[in-house]
Amino acid sequence: MPGIYVLVEHDRGEISPATFEALTAARNLAQRLTEEVVAVFIGVFDSDFNAVCTEYGISEGVVLASPLITDYGPELWGEALSQLSQERTPRIVMSVGTDKGNEVIAHASARLGSPFIANCIEVHRDSDWTITRMQWGGSLLEDVRVDTEQIFLSYAHHSVEPETAALSSDANIQIVELELDSLLTRTLVQERAAQAEGATLSTASVVVSGGRGVGSADAFAPLEELADLLAGKVGCSRAVTNNGWRSHADQVGQTGTRIAPEIYIACGISGAIQHWVGAMASKNILAINIDPEANMVTKAGYAVLGDLHEVVPAIIEEIKRRR
Amino acid sequence: MRILVCVKRVPAPGSRINITDDALTVDTAHLGFTTSPHEECAVEEAAQLVEEHGGSVCVLTVGPAEAEEQLRYAASVGANEFVLVPNESGHDWDPQRTSHVISEAITQLEAGGERFDLILFGNESADSGGYQVGIRVAVTLGRAVVNGIKGIEIQDTTVTASREVDGGNEVYSVPLPAVLGVKEGINLPRYPTMKGRLASKKAEISSTSIDSSAGPQEKVRLHQPEEKISETEILGNGPDAAVKVVDLLDELGVL
Repeated sequence: MPGIYVLVEHDRGEISPATFEALTAARNLAQRLTEEVVAVFIGVFDSDFNAVCTEYGISEGVVLASPLITDYGPELWGEALSQLSQERTPRIVMSVGTDKGNEVIAHASARLGSPFIANCIEVHRDSDWTITRMQWGGSLLEDVRVDTEQIFLSYAHHSVEPETAALSSDANIQIVELELDSLLTRTLVQERAAQAEGATLSTASVVVSGGRGVGSADAFAPLEELADLLAGKVGCSRAVTNNGWRSHADQVGQTGTRIAPEIYIACGISGAIQHWVGAMASKNILAINIDPEANMVTKAGYAVLGDLHEVVPAIIEEIKRRR
Repeated sequence: MRILVCVKRVPAPGSRINITDDALTVDTAHLGFTTSPHEECAVEEAAQLVEEHGGSVCVLTVGPAEAEEQLRYAASVGANEFVLVPNESGHDWDPQRTSHVISEAITQLEAGGERFDLILFGNESADSGGYQVGIRVAVTLGRAVVNGIKGIEIQDTTVTASREVDGGNEVYSVPLPAVLGVKEGINLPRYPTMKGRLASKKAEISSTSIDSSAGPQEKVRLHQPEEKISETEILGNGPDAAVKVVDLLDELGVL
């Protein structure tokens, strides 16, 4: 009965692709620990939930429903998950380590006074739990031991490649009505402001970023042009935001956005830890830098040694020539 | 209004983080220290809020005696009251212990004065990144809490807080007293003025010891991640490399 319970992250029914990482991780873990995976959907049942369970080979799903849960709310979601965790005593209650995944699991564990291990990459069980997790956004790893029966955790985002199940099976979905304290509606989402349509920094397939080497806000113009030509987005390092050259929304890094594009073009960026951890999930990295010893250059798969102010316009010209 | 900001002293690493011989902590022999970035912005946000609405900013940290440096930094940018809860173990406490200690400290501070209308944490610390201390404290105190906040506006009895999500913003309207986990980007922290710096030297820091015991989570060791050793392919020098760059873009299918 205990099992591995996985929180399905969704926005008003639309399931976040990051959840597929958690379902994949849970399935692999379940095999090793000989446990069953149960997917947990909080809110108004959506048929997508059924489809996702089937696709990822999850045979059991639970919908936690309450008239109070009309949208995302960290306290309501956390309380709902803690009630389920207390009643069914699963071995593991987990999510993917997105902001919301970590938030809900933290709430649920806090309500039960249980430990929560965020951003794990490996989980083992012998007499205790032994877990490897990320510190410093992934620049350093920490092995922790936890001596409880039940554990709350999140898997680091981008640490698991989502994989659908070889054998799909129809999921048995159970709807559980909960009684929740109406006080907790105080943290429900009240309204939303939409941004422009299209790719965002975290979903773009090309990101062209500039660092201190760009020199000024105006000098980002060629980077903008290159990003436009490649239907990508412009990013920047923390030095750039601290200088006020670009908005923080463009910042790639540990305290900015974690990106995972097909190619990351890093122009004039030295590649300090804070920046690197935001860029390291990129499939390919091209560093453009005058310093061959720069961290960004030595860690990148590809590099051009030279002044970005000359190299970027030359790339733009070459693209235009071929079109 | 009375605002509390909880901050953490963290090492300020460059391009590599080294570990001590016992593998239990970051080797800081050659590193400076700073306030964890999200929390630096939380201090700035609190300073701006009291500039607008009146009130005071109290800053609390759990750490070694040296964490006084981070409290004095907060003083130099406008905070008024400073509390250090000593942890002389040489290591971070586990998140549950830290949360317990902070909750106790807050209860004591409120018993001796006014209630905090708003308590700010960083969304997560730069070093251990446990993503939970603010939430645990709020749950212990029975107060509303939302994380990931990049915009704060105070009305009479509520705080409107916004959060960036993929494709837009979510807006929360939370009754005070509330707890918020703040993210870098909510503001651009000011540089301390000369006057602020001088005043910060005289700031009075109170030290409050709180009994606590370790939680069920034990740190075994720190280690470096396996580096994917990739030979960097140099596509060329200067603008002449453009042809090879565009070939690569073509190959990756992004052209």
